[in-house]
Amino acid sequence: MSVRSNRVTMPKQDPAVRRRNFDEVALGFTYKQATAEASRCLNCRNKPCVSGCPVSVDIPGFIALIKEGKVEDAFAKIRETNSLPAICGRVCPQENQCEARCVLGKSGQPVAIGALERFVADYCREKDGTFARKAVKPIALTNRAKVAVVGSGPAGLTAAADLALLGYEVTVFESLHEFGGVLRYGIPEFRLPKAILDYEIDYIRSLGVRFVPDAIVGKTITTDDLTALGYRAVFIGTGAGLPYFLGIPGENLIGVYSANEYLTRSNLMKAYLFPEHETPIRRGKRVAVIGGGNVAIDSARTALRLGADEVFVVYRRSRAEMPARAEEIINAEEEGVTLVLLTSPVEIVGDDSGQVVALECIRNQLGEPDASGRRRPVPIEGSEYAIDVDTVIVAIGQGPNPLFTEATPSLLTDERGYIVVDADTGATNLNGFYAGGDIVTGAATVIAAMGAGRKAAKAIHRYLRSDSQ
Amino acid sequence: MTFGVEHRVVEKRNLADKIHLFKVVAPLVARRAKPGQFVIVRSHERAERIPLTIADSDPDNGTISLVVQEMGRGTAKIAEIGEGGKFAGIVGPLGRAGNIASVNKVVLIAGGVGVAPMLPYARAYHSSGAHVTTIVGAKTRDMLILLDEIESVSDVVMVSTDDGSLGVKGVVSDVLARLLADGERFDHAVCIGPAVMMKAVCGLTREAGIPTTVSLNPIMVDGTGMCGGCRVTVGGEIKFACVDGPGFDGHAVDFDELMSRQRFYEREERLSYDSYRTSKEGSHRCRLDQIG
Ligand SMILES: Cc1cc2nc3c(=O)[nH]c(=O)nc-3n(C[C@H](O)[C@H](O)[C@H](O)COP(=O)(O)OP(=O)(O)OC[C@H]3O[C@@H](n4cnc5c(N)ncnc54)[C@H](O)[C@@H]3O)c2cc1C
Ligand SMILES: Cc1cc2nc3c(=O)[nH]c(=O)nc-3n(C[C@H](O)[C@H](O)[C@H](O)COP(=O)(O)OP(=O)(O)OC[C@H]3O[C@@H](n4cnc5c(N)ncnc54)[C@H](O)[C@@H]3O)c2cc1C
Ligand code: SF4
Ligand code: SF4
Ligand code: FES
Repeated sequence: MSVRSNRVTMPKQDPAVRRRNFDEVALGFTYKQATAEASRCLNCRNKPCVSGCPVSVDIPGFIALIKEGKVEDAFAKIRETNSLPAICGRVCPQENQCEARCVLGKSGQPVAIGALERFVADYCREKDGTFARKAVKPIALTNRAKVAVVGSGPAGLTAAADLALLGYEVTVFESLHEFGGVLRYGIPEFRLPKAILDYEIDYIRSLGVRFVPDAIVGKTITTDDLTALGYRAVFIGTGAGLPYFLGIPGENLIGVYSANEYLTRSNLMKAYLFPEHETPIRRGKRVAVIGGGNVAIDSARTALRLGADEVFVVYRRSRAEMPARAEEIINAEEEGVTLVLLTSPVEIVGDDSGQVVALECIRNQLGEPDASGRRRPVPIEGSEYAIDVDTVIVAIGQGPNPLFTEATPSLLTDERGYIVVDADTGATNLNGFYAGGDIVTGAATVIAAMGAGRKAAKAIHRYLRSDSQ
Repeated sequence: MTFGVEHRVVEKRNLADKIHLFKVVAPLVARRAKPGQFVIVRSHERAERIPLTIADSDPDNGTISLVVQEMGRGTAKIAEIGEGGKFAGIVGPLGRAGNIASVNKVVLIAGGVGVAPMLPYARAYHSSGAHVTTIVGAKTRDMLILLDEIESVSDVVMVSTDDGSLGVKGVVSDVLARLLADGERFDHAVCIGPAVMMKAVCGLTREAGIPTTVSLNPIMVDGTGMCGGCRVTVGGEIKFACVDGPGFDGHAVDFDELMSRQRFYEREERLSYDSYRTSKEGSHRCRLDQIG
């Protein structure tokens, strides 16, 4: 039993070193560590952990295969329901999902399911560069129908892979010049190496999926074009990419970014390698990030790596309410990020030349619970104070990007602009048009987007089969 | 419709010092381009994404025309692409199409390289039957571009140069001020050029009560409304120029803020351009050495 109570911890780069580099922070299990951790799993008959996974990975099944040393088989088992295991193992909020339901968590620490998933994917990728691709054989193009996927985030990638495996001719249209959505432009290299994303996309390409960059559906091509080109169904996975601002004075000063812009410059455009990569980014010395989610924490840690002396994450509620992954908050603190809790920004202060010099804040106390069930932050009168900063990054959330929906006015959206779909199938009000991911749910998770992509792929398959009869 | 074509340069013309016209293969953009819209180009894989107005489009041949002025390293790298060379990527058409007001008499005011994005407006107004007065300005007569093209779609063309080498000595707003003082009346104005020029022109047209469209050029990244870097304040509201514009009601634009935000990367830009030029000069010298 003592073995079972001690979860194997994954080795990480030393915080003092990693705070200044963009290499991956968590280093992954060794084979020995993985089998040791796998041996903690009780192989519960009722599989409570599986009910916590949005795509129902057969968790005890794949862990049992690790125990037996059959890592390749474990990989195939995961791939049955999860087409991006190396990514999910890294970025899933496991602590709220599969691991939250693990029975071992009741009296001790749950099995490190995410870390094991990551191990399996990494082991197979490293062992044989082509293994991961061989693991699932593409079916011949039995259904010659053409399907278009709009957006290459996790929702679109999953839908594309699943439809290709069902034999469809799939084309992914992406408005940026590289693929992956938030996995490419949002989540930083030190959490998700882009080489892994490239590898997973190559796998999907190897299934016969065609990827078209620089193609904005609604601008470059329209849905009418897609119909004219013979696409018989469309999956819309355009994400929630529209950044929100605070609406406080000073937000347009020089040195104020949306997190989307800051992360896009750093990740997609590789501004951290300026000037070899030509897109510039401000290397602030004192940086305030406003918000408490993954996006805020990623921005803060990026700012450190770009050379900041001090980085403050300014969040209006208390630590317990921070929506970011617990592990990443701890990582950020270890690296030297300062959490400024129960604090709201009221104004960004600039100098005569329009440069940011300070963030004016007010302290809060927690009041009555609000609509979200969390206690509402209430400003404490007279508690205003300023933090001297040269850079401010606003990470308070995103809304739906309207480029696609505005160009397709007959598509039903809700009052905030999210696409309305049937919860079971992802079907929109337009025949043959399906949607999923953040464009339906609002900013959520990678795995939820993948789940939606998968569900829609199945529904599209049913639709096209019935349509051709 | 074919996807994934190479963006070959089929024609390149030098219009003035450091100003080039490119005719590039971009069939998907050419098909749908409207006046006022722009593209974002990447000259090579590590390049910055650079917005450029679509000066002309030829849907039949699948090409668009871009006029590029060398301002810093990004545009210098574009200028290096020769005829037969290619851009790594072009995406568009971006932004909203310019609203061509149905009016009797319009005045178009363009400064510097702004003449290129003005051409589609001039064509559209001209073919709508409006009387078109175009004022173009440049530093010197050598820097005036596309005059023949502008003349072919304007009823009146007036020129200003900073040094007086052609037309009125002064800036375009001086010419406009004189026209207005002389009692000329216009139903609408379109103004494209440096922010400081647009600000001056809008001051005049506001006073004269002439509705004015401007085309804004803040720093952009994605051009799809995803980053908010291009935000401008119009009528007290935040707008994203790449998706809400780039055309706006000039009388509502906060130009001072725009000009300030355009200087966001002043330092980085200078460093980047200097190192680019030094490396160019370095390589020239090497070649001279070899000859010597
Ligand atoms: C910084 C950051 C960190 C995060 N960290 C985590 C994490 O640790 N764990 C986790 O589970 N989740 C995390 N998330 C959330 C997660 O990334 C998203 O929920 C998920 O990516 C949504 O996937 P999607 O496929 O719906 O959309 P996206 O990933 O947003 O992809 C949409 C794609 O569609 C493209 N597109 C948009 N409009 C068009 C159009 N008209 N034509 C063509 N293409 C178009 C976009 O360019 C984009 O590439 C994070 C998000 C951010 C921003
Ligand atoms: C909608 C729009 C249409 C444009 N059309 C044209 C055109 O048809 N022809 C033309 O020559 N120029 C055009 N521009 C301006 C052109 O994009 C910039 O001159 C170019 O990006 C400068 O890059 P650089 O690296 O050469 O210069 P830098 O040295 O980096 O900067 C020089 C100046 O350009 C501005 N700038 C820098 N980076 C960007 C960026 N990514 N986006 C926008 N502005 C930037 C800066 O404010 C700076 O003042 C347009 C800009 C916009 C927004
Ligand atoms: S996909 Fe995510 S939630 Fe599902 S088992 Fe893997 S880590 Fe857990
Ligand atoms: S609940 Fe935990 S112990 Fe039980 S099968 Fe799942 S991972 Fe193993
Ligand atoms: S350029 Fe990014 S939102 Fe306009």
